[in-house]
Amino acid sequence: MRVGLVCPYAWDVPGGVQQHVGDLAEALTDMGHEVSVLAPVGDAGGSPLPDYLVPAGRPVPVPYNGSVARLSFGPRAASRVRRWISEGGFDVLHIHEPSAPSVSLLACWAADGPLVATFHTSNPRSRAMAMGSPALRSAMEKINGRIAVSESARRTLVEHLGGDAVLIPNGVAVRRFARAEPLPGWPGGGGSIGFLGRLDEPRKGLGVLLEAFALMAPERPDLRVMVAGPGDPAAAMAAVPEHLRERVVLLGRLDDADKARAYHSADVFCAPNLGGESFGIVLTEAMASGAAIVASDIPAFSAVLDGGGAGELFATGDPAHLAERAGALLDDPGRRAELSRAARRAVRAYDWDTVAADVAHVYRTVLTGDGDGPPLGVRPDGGPNATALLRGEAP
Amino acid sequence: MLFGFYLSWRARRIHRLHHRVDAARAALDAALDRRHAAVSALVEAGGTGAGRGLSEAVTAARDAGEEQCEMAESALSRALREALESSGSDGCSKLSGPRLNEVESAAKGVHMARTFYNDAVADTRRARRSRLVRLFRLTGTAALPDFFEIDDQPPSVLFLPVEPDTL
Repeated sequence: MRVGLVCPYAWDVPGGVQQHVGDLAEALTDMGHEVSVLAPVGDAGGSPLPDYLVPAGRPVPVPYNGSVARLSFGPRAASRVRRWISEGGFDVLHIHEPSAPSVSLLACWAADGPLVATFHTSNPRSRAMAMGSPALRSAMEKINGRIAVSESARRTLVEHLGGDAVLIPNGVAVRRFARAEPLPGWPGGGGSIGFLGRLDEPRKGLGVLLEAFALMAPERPDLRVMVAGPGDPAAAMAAVPEHLRERVVLLGRLDDADKARAYHSADVFCAPNLGGESFGIVLTEAMASGAAIVASDIPAFSAVLDGGGAGELFATGDPAHLAERAGALLDDPGRRAELSRAARRAVRAYDWDTVAADVAHVYRTVLTGDGDGPPLGVRPDGGPNATALLRGEAP
Repeated sequence: MLFGFYLSWRARRIHRLHHRVDAARAALDAALDRRHAAVSALVEAGGTGAGRGLSEAVTAARDAGEEQCEMAESALSRALREALESSGSDGCSKLSGPRLNEVESAAKGVHMARTFYNDAVADTRRARRSRLVRLFRLTGTAALPDFFEIDDQPPSVLFLPVEPDTL
């Protein structure tokens, strides 16, 4: 299949949607599909652009969805989108965040044929006004298959657009985490517990872990805690008595390669979140790394960890219970190996390979009904095109 | 002149929506057929303990006329969940592995195709409510499409265990 992916946000700026589109492009390519990605590209620099990327012009900062997004919109972007579509010969066009006033919306206007769209945001306010406008409505009407990445994204879409969408969650690049060397000096002989996440956000629960450490430390003279992530640790560290603080090692913010190594660096990995985590990307990355996990029993974690089969659960926010569970795991290498295997197995449901297979299934479903003759594929819309409309509006 | 242009644009939109409904309906029928075939193959291979109820359900769904179609397909979805979720790992022999995967994939396909079809119907029905569309009869002779309401929740089959080394 020839697949055209459209990403509305600047490729050179890190973000969830860009990451999603890049991972999806790679997974689809691995499955044997031909993929081309159209996205705005600025000059923020960084790593070289991947082969599949087609730049759609320079993005401009636009206030959108409550923050500043870097988007491409206007006659020049519209004509690039049109050319990309007519020259691409795509079987299916997959547009991400189709209502974003960028190349995504332009592609909806410019294309005719099998269209699939993925909705990422779950921000009810920004959509409310936009969806009513006829110009946007006419673009959304062309979409044959809608995907939402989470239940809340699906609800947002249903409220403002009607209809429905199938749920296909974000994937985890399992292979990227499956193997890595531990960081130098870890895990060490005296036992270690790992944590990854923002240090100064109480919801991430670092305070709970450090309180549990303070309970365990007297009986385990060589136990260490590895803490990775940005933010100020002062508030969470208050729970740790002065003489124990040197055994809490702060690594700061890690790059992607070191992050993968960090998951392999501790005997036990802890996810002490207090709530609000809808999916728990840190947890799934730890599972992909084969870590022995002890996590709070919030519903999302319990679901991902198979109700405790793929990682120990403790009562959310209870340091004593965490200390008991983590201690038992530290003393039982057999149980740790068992949990590691179970975690690797359970995370396969969230692997990009699985997720991309579901996305390809959506493509096939949309293509099935596309006429009796040979498939026409994606072609430029024959009606009044956006380039002309946008040019006509300019004096 | 401008108004004529606008009217033809609106007519184009309606036409395209009807085309989308037709395409989605064809995809839905194909998905239902695929599920019938997949379940029949599984029943023939004797892969599940609850083969009898399942085989009756799939026959009923296949033979159902337009009127009973939604009921029969819903019943098949329920029978499938009952058979696959209760039988567990020992009920599904190694032999039925690929057949089981096909059933699982086909059931997912029904859910997708039905969602996309109802989506298309909702958009079309809304567009046809417009006063302008009714006044100028922009819909031509096309019939108002109906929703297809069934229970299509796929069975939650356990993932086949894979050793970590193959990751």
